[in-house]
Amino acid sequence: MSLMTDRKRVIGLGSARSGTDHFWKATVTSVALLVIVPIFLFSFGPLLGEPYAEVQAALARPFPAVSAALMLIVGFYHFRLGVQVVIEDYMQGLGRKVAIIVMACLSYGLMALGLVSLAQIAL
Amino acid sequence: MVQFTLPRNSKIITGKTWPKPEGAGNVRKFQIYRWNPDDGKNPQVDTYFVDLDDCGPMVLDALIYIKNKIDPTLTFRRSCREGICGSCAMNIDGINTLACIYGMDEIKGDVKIYPLPHMPVVKDLIPDLTHFYAQHESVMPWLETKTATPEHEWRQSIEDREKLDGLYECVMCACCSTSCPSYWWNGDRYLGPAALLHAYRWIIDSRDEATGERLDDLEDPFKLYRCHTIMNCAKSCPKGLNPAKAIASIKKMMVERQL
Repeated sequence: MSLMTDRKRVIGLGSARSGTDHFWKATVTSVALLVIVPIFLFSFGPLLGEPYAEVQAALARPFPAVSAALMLIVGFYHFRLGVQVVIEDYMQGLGRKVAIIVMACLSYGLMALGLVSLAQIAL
Repeated sequence: MVQFTLPRNSKIITGKTWPKPEGAGNVRKFQIYRWNPDDGKNPQVDTYFVDLDDCGPMVLDALIYIKNKIDPTLTFRRSCREGICGSCAMNIDGINTLACIYGMDEIKGDVKIYPLPHMPVVKDLIPDLTHFYAQHESVMPWLETKTATPEHEWRQSIEDREKLDGLYECVMCACCSTSCPSYWWNGDRYLGPAALLHAYRWIIDSRDEATGERLDDLEDPFKLYRCHTIMNCAKSCPKGLNPAKAIASIKKMMVERQL
């Protein structure tokens, strides 16, 4: 049993002096995705189910390739920021820290995998 | 992980059904949460019948009727009975509100009354608000100045005073904070809508000279940024205030001083 005062419990370790950066980046990437997602769907959607040679030819052009690359980079970065907030909301202690690390590795790993795959198809 | 189910000793069981008042024709059924820390039993929901012809129109009138005429052990806080003191905050018909200004005619069917959600219960309808009050105190809800105190009052223009409307009216009833899922899950670190509304009230006070320090103290992923604009706070506030808007304004100021 701890005999800490109520005020001491509220103060905890004090202010982390961070949080705004995360909030601002999540806001900016969400606004960016409002533009990127429709462009990506417009350029990539018609390619679904098409023959490999046709997809390769399309992704060799700058506009579809750049829109796909932006979707992968901004999308997975926004995913990392958003899922971190969800983890912070619902998990505590060591589990919270481990989950944030795993989720960051997963996000950047999938982003890298997507970019490499895109490059292999387009180039 | 967040705990989604109640611990075994907090599971609510069916309690006692009290007899209807004799000779009453116009009765209303009340189901009220009861828990006594001294008897070691689980919480229970007791059923009461209130004679509406012998009772005022508000939910608090019915609670006072029950306490005076049926069951004197029913425990709840109340004081001003007109929405100023914030004492009688409780969960009525699924909404956190003040019993004194919530009319029974606003409720369909049985009236179900529980203490404010996700707070430790002292007894029956009384939540333990110790941590809530300490959070309020932590935002320094008072005027902080560095300039020498003037001979007369600290002056404020009419326009600057108007900026405090919609903020100063908060009565600290805790309806907003206890309706916020973020406060349920992380109430130990997240300050909650009530404390943040008060923080903003002093941040934008033209006379206050600790704006930077106040923003510095709130610059934290948990103290401030657990607010996800769920808006339960604005929906439940019995005074019609909008804590979510105040929190959004704090976030805006945080960004403004960085860009």
